[in-house]
Amino acid sequence: MSSSTDTQGTGAYAPALESPRSPYRRGKPTRSNWELHGWLFMRMSGVLLLVMVFGHLWVNMVAGEGINQVDWSFVAGKWSSPFWQTWDLIMLWLAQLHGTNGVRTIINDYAERDATRFWLKMALYTATLVVLVLGTLVIFTFDPCMDPASTLEVCRTGSAG
Amino acid sequence: MATSLTPTAKDGPKRPVGTLYRGREGMWSWVAHRISGVAIFFFLFVHVLDTATVRISPEAYDAVIGQYKNPVMGVGELGLVGAVVFHALNGIRIILVDFWSKGTQHQRKLFWGVVVLFTLMMVPFAIRHLTFVFGH
Repeated sequence: MSSSTDTQGTGAYAPALESPRSPYRRGKPTRSNWELHGWLFMRMSGVLLLVMVFGHLWVNMVAGEGINQVDWSFVAGKWSSPFWQTWDLIMLWLAQLHGTNGVRTIINDYAERDATRFWLKMALYTATLVVLVLGTLVIFTFDPCMDPASTLEVCRTGSAG
Repeated sequence: MATSLTPTAKDGPKRPVGTLYRGREGMWSWVAHRISGVAIFFFLFVHVLDTATVRISPEAYDAVIGQYKNPVMGVGELGLVGAVVFHALNGIRIILVDFWSKGTQHQRKLFWGVVVLFTLMMVPFAIRHLTFVFGH
């Protein structure tokens, strides 16, 4: 950058006069890059969600008996495996945060009164908190052996209860 | 002030002509992206609540899920998957427009690519899903 001005190698830099074609550099940003990170998050989580949601839809709605197979024992079969627990946990958080940020953008676009925007976003953040806490608790505290008639391998031996 | 959008006296009081964006692929894909996104958001809320009933009892969950197992909800599920597939494919288009150096140049072709891929995915899915829904 300005190493050419430091010919003595002393590390002491005089305030350099920029050459005419040096790229324009903004002053110190006065605000955070929050919205930039949000913009980037939408794109990165979007790509991950495409893979995870399509996988979710394929396994639950296309493979096997399709939508007819979905019942409690189907869920128990999936959530007795750490693979699907992790899959669904990551998908839950990514989808809810992606959706919250999208709806936040829409509220900012269409709600013109300050108070309306504020309360709509408070409702949005409350719903987000409920979904994330409830969803996470359900995935982690679910007992696949709750059904005494379960035929799952994990329920036939050990301390099923 | 006369602009390119101002109808001339010769044309009569017509609506303003479209621009590269307005009324074209760019605008309508943006509208559809918002509508599909909001629809998926509200579904996700309901979906987490209904799935949470697995924690109550097998009977409670099967009763809730049983409410979905009818042709009306089956067709609704088709619409929901359609919203997800469109939102996903158009999201890839948005990423390409943002990050691919030729993205803006090809944005209209990308939109029609989304339409073609959407059709190629949704027709087989609709056949399989509706077979499950109505063949049960």
